Amino acid sequence: MSSKSLDYENLNENVKKCQYAVRGELYLRASELQKEGKKIIFTNVGNPHALGQKPLTFPRQVVALCQAPFLLDDPNVGLVFPADAIAKARHYLSMTSGGLGAYSDSRGLPGIRKEVAEFIERRDGYPSDPELIFLTDGASKGVMQILNTIIRGAHDGILVPVPQYPLYSATISLLGGSLVPYYLEETANWGLDIGNLRQSVNQARSQGITVRAMVIINPGNPTGQCLSEANLKEVLKFCYENNLVLLGDEVYQQNIYQDERPFISARKVLMDMGPPLSKEVQLVSFHTVSKGYWGECGQRGGYFEMTNISPQTVEEIYKVASISLSPNVPGQIFMGLMVSPPKPGDISYERYVRESKGILESLRRRARIMTDGFNSCRNVVCNFTEGAMYSFPQIRLPPKAIEAAKRAGKVADVFYCFPFPPSQVLASVRKKAEEDMPAIMASFKKFNDEFMGQYEDNGGYSRM
Amino acid sequence: MASTPSLLIQSIHSLVLRISLSEYVQTFVLFQVLECEYAVRGEIVILAQRLQEELKNNPNAHPFDEILYCNIGNPQSLGQQPITFFREVLALCDHPALLDKAETRGLFSADSIERAYEILHQIPGRATGAYSHSQGIKGLRDKIAAGIEARDGYPADPNDIFLTDGASPAVPYYLDEATGWGLEIAELKNQLETAKSKGISVRAFVVINPGNPTGQVLAENNQKQIVDFCKDEGLVLLADEVYQENIYVPDKQFHSFKKVARSMGYGEKDISLVSFQSVSKGYYGECGKRGGYMEVTGFSPEIMEQIYKLASVNLCSNISGQILASLVMNPPKVGDESYESYLAEKDAILSSLARRAKQLEDAFNSLKGVTCNRAEGAMYLFPNIDLPKKAIEAAKAVNTAPDAFYARRLLNATGIVVVPGSGFRQVPGTWHFRCTILPQEDKIPAIVSRLTEFHKGFMDEFCD
Repeated sequence: MSSKSLDYENLNENVKKCQYAVRGELYLRASELQKEGKKIIFTNVGNPHALGQKPLTFPRQVVALCQAPFLLDDPNVGLVFPADAIAKARHYLSMTSGGLGAYSDSRGLPGIRKEVAEFIERRDGYPSDPELIFLTDGASKGVMQILNTIIRGAHDGILVPVPQYPLYSATISLLGGSLVPYYLEETANWGLDIGNLRQSVNQARSQGITVRAMVIINPGNPTGQCLSEANLKEVLKFCYENNLVLLGDEVYQQNIYQDERPFISARKVLMDMGPPLSKEVQLVSFHTVSKGYWGECGQRGGYFEMTNISPQTVEEIYKVASISLSPNVPGQIFMGLMVSPPKPGDISYERYVRESKGILESLRRRARIMTDGFNSCRNVVCNFTEGAMYSFPQIRLPPKAIEAAKRAGKVADVFYCFPFPPSQVLASVRKKAEEDMPAIMASFKKFNDEFMGQYEDNGGYSRM
Repeated sequence: MASTPSLLIQSIHSLVLRISLSEYVQTFVLFQVLECEYAVRGEIVILAQRLQEELKNNPNAHPFDEILYCNIGNPQSLGQQPITFFREVLALCDHPALLDKAETRGLFSADSIERAYEILHQIPGRATGAYSHSQGIKGLRDKIAAGIEARDGYPADPNDIFLTDGASPAVPYYLDEATGWGLEIAELKNQLETAKSKGISVRAFVVINPGNPTGQVLAENNQKQIVDFCKDEGLVLLADEVYQENIYVPDKQFHSFKKVARSMGYGEKDISLVSFQSVSKGYYGECGKRGGYMEVTGFSPEIMEQIYKLASVNLCSNISGQILASLVMNPPKVGDESYESYLAEKDAILSSLARRAKQLEDAFNSLKGVTCNRAEGAMYLFPNIDLPKKAIEAAKAVNTAPDAFYARRLLNATGIVVVPGSGFRQVPGTWHFRCTILPQEDKIPAIVSRLTEFHKGFMDEFCD
């Protein structure tokens, strides 16, 4: 080839720096193995339907009818679809101007944004403005849009919890900003310590970075911790004092597996705190149809809600959103259905509740099985998964293992995940269908204990 | 706007270009956000929405009954019906439980059921709610590759295909209005040299074929010149081909740039080419689904890795859109049960578009001081208005571009929404506006008469 415009050397450096481990090296290796016919269990992504979780029936009925509105004219439609699904389909179709195939408003269909606002009000007890709610193709797109608006250059820093979900590091990289890490306390069940936060901010500032925003993921990914109300208050005060926009990634708000700390939204806490904070702290909250007990990842449905963001800025965000014309309409309808589900008395209510509860209770059980399973392994310590969909065990690698990793040119925990023959490859750890779980944990234990046996000196280990 | 640039496509541009493309402006920096203009949904549209609200509250508020949106290629919002077969398949894939019901056979065509089975078979667990491979479901990419091969006569590799959420700094080059918006290589070379002399490193070349807003369909030898130009200058060729199925003139045909390049004997080693297709246009018009793909050929494995990495940050594009892309590239064939009705729907839509294109073109040409090139393809007309001096001065006096001034007056008087030419760039000193050919056929006479009346009034007011 003659001198190429798009060769590795002259690529945008930000692209090269950007890393997204969730579908990185390990996942690619696992995919290769799968192609070779090995049985692979993918526990690397929060992708419930891929692991056997069934979609809820009601939303699928409604969206199918919206896809094919001619069904609504068929006299036999009632034989196949319940009346409330039919009514809901008409309801959502009437909100569109031309059905699912027309671009909607770039912020999403006004009718659905209104339903989201009503959901937020019911949840938190404070009114929410539909004009400040933008629907997006998945929450990730919303996060990228907002970070894009904030980051002006490398001197702009975004506080991100560590451990974090790599969407944040990847996006900050891509946008040429600076990631300012704040460390969660593993020994305190991944709690958020304001001292750590202050330290991180001071350090960043001493390096000439203007810290602009703070991300909280609540419940956490990958850590699963649910923030307490006190914690959220501290965070909001901190943002107020330091002039930070708070980005509240709350996509796992339906996934709570303990009763001590139910989900409480950042917005509710902010409003509870009253003025001046409630009128001044800038907050963007994110939600999705991909998680919870819905798990509709493939639909790409999400929203963000803005609080205390000036109309001028909202205009700019709208403008950039309009370049992508509109979020996908079926995904918007899934969002509408999620925030206004069947009510008591509706034909589909019982089934909806049964299916939802079934999924949540199973997730709760699996959280327990997995945590206990990891804790029973040699040199593995695992905090209980309070929420979200993940376990994040700590592997205490023996020094010999770390040396072997160095020799292999790999980071120690990646080396652990990739070791020898692929008979037991488990992509890193997330959730799996309940029936298989004991077998998976047994398989993992076997692998782990053999690995430790191979590399352990007597009594020596190292925190990873 | 041709297609919607997903973040992935925007990232391709970040890979490729140091200067952002006008319509694909990737605003990774706040200042660039402020500078970015996206006229298709700009000031005129905001005014239109306000007028629409006013009409809702008081039907007599304005000298017209309704707002006619001619600003955006959004066919189904203006009454165009979706293709039945596609929607049948999508509904079945959205709610696969339908396939287990006997009554379904009475509601859906046999071949749509068969196609749904075929598609679901390619999705592990029939889980259309799961994140797919970041490039899109493999089986669907296979189908699309086969469709590309059938169209072009040259093979396509499914691994080169990235399914996207909609297909969507510029060094401008001018199309020649006098020769039907032709692309002169001399002009390209001229712009390239000028840019180089300013120290700009030009990395890629965007061609929209058929054109937006101009509608021209490139002649094959013109395409060959472009391919050679890119090859000689080491530019990546970005071929936006989303209107490939919108051609209204018998003497022109769509040839994909990939086909042209291959027919010249150029392979992967000779030219880097990215071809974009979308489900939003054509005769299917499924804008709201956000579906499309790009076929990426002639890049090194390292680059492909980077593109994959970027795709993976957003996990995947929406599954419904992916399925639709595979249907568009693989519609019913002769002998299929749905073929006749599919063909009838398709032909009706395309012939109607051709008629509307001609009617509106004639109408524009009949206006004093307006000339309008024939719309050979796409969905738009881009008439040239010779605005009188007084009008230009009046526009300046209110700090508005003259074509925006005209468009605003048009809206206030008739309810017709068009996009001022300045949004699309034009030879300085010339004025245009873009008008879609999408309003329903029965509305066209009213549009024409209102437009004619308005234009006469405007010219009377501002002519010397």
